[in-house]
Amino acid sequence: MNDSTTLWVALGIACVGAYLLKWAGMSLPQQVLDRPTARRAAALIPVALLAALVAVQVVASGTRLVLDARLAGLAFAVAALLLRAPFLVVVFGAAVVAALLRLA
Amino acid sequence: MPSPSPTIEPPHGPENPPTTRRALVRDSWAVGAATGVYGLSFGAVSVASGLSTLQTCLLSLVMFTGASQFAFVGVVASGASPFSGAASALLLGTRNTFYGIGLAPRLALRPARRALAAHVVIDESSAMAVTRPDTASVRTAFWHTGGSVFLLWNLATLCGALAGDALGDPRTFGLDAAVGAAFLALLWPRLGTATNRRVALVAAIVAITLVPATPAGVPVLVAGSVALLVGLLSPEEQR
Repeated sequence: MNDSTTLWVALGIACVGAYLLKWAGMSLPQQVLDRPTARRAAALIPVALLAALVAVQVVASGTRLVLDARLAGLAFAVAALLLRAPFLVVVFGAAVVAALLRLA
Repeated sequence: MPSPSPTIEPPHGPENPPTTRRALVRDSWAVGAATGVYGLSFGAVSVASGLSTLQTCLLSLVMFTGASQFAFVGVVASGASPFSGAASALLLGTRNTFYGIGLAPRLALRPARRALAAHVVIDESSAMAVTRPDTASVRTAFWHTGGSVFLLWNLATLCGALAGDALGDPRTFGLDAAVGAAFLALLWPRLGTATNRRVALVAAIVAITLVPATPAGVPVLVAGSVALLVGLLSPEEQR
């Protein structure tokens, strides 16, 4: 296989595999999902992944930890959420705070 | 492809954030817009990594899971075999399997439509959909978030690939901070129980600890699994 063929084959495997991983989760039999452990897991998975995503979105830059304007954006988001601000205010307020800090 | 069934509208108020169908659609498209713009950077990074515009667009159209796409082109750019790029992408894609497990019973779709829905099972559509109180609003949040991210992510990928590095950085507009804030806003209502707070804290600490030690994307996956385990081993809370 030349380099171009290798790239195309790997790309095809990754694309088809990514879809099958999504489809498998959607197609597991209901009996599996009705077990108490599966129900608890299904409820906890979003909590675990969202918290990890927040952490990584805010301090990771590739494989480095970087403290920058994103942290100020997150601080704004926390304050806005404590004040029960609407979703759009939380999200775009955080963007504005970070953008303004970068301009400064 | 929203569900045609009507949404029951709970009263608005501080304890009940707006969950009318209109508000839900608007919030879903807001998430779609904030996420979709990142397709610009994916398109630019991908062509800079040596993929063609066609390959770049196929990744967004067919793979359609951002972290996996970045992992694939990142590994290819590093000079490693594209097959190790595919392996990294698939490892990251396993979280979509977990999302699907949580989503399937809530979406309650027929097999044919479920096969289509599976394609838009991603971080954003899952996060927006899983906590909704009834099937109609789960479906509305899922299809609108998944659909808007798919549409905008693919348009932005094409623009990014064509324009390459000539385009501005989405960071200029603070959009990287917006994504973190969006994830936090989605997490916030779930922090009501001690178990959930413990799981969230463990996930955040493990993820941050792993960032310098592992390839991009792995920290989220490992932190998610570790925190899930902590939650499952915690005693059940009295309600």
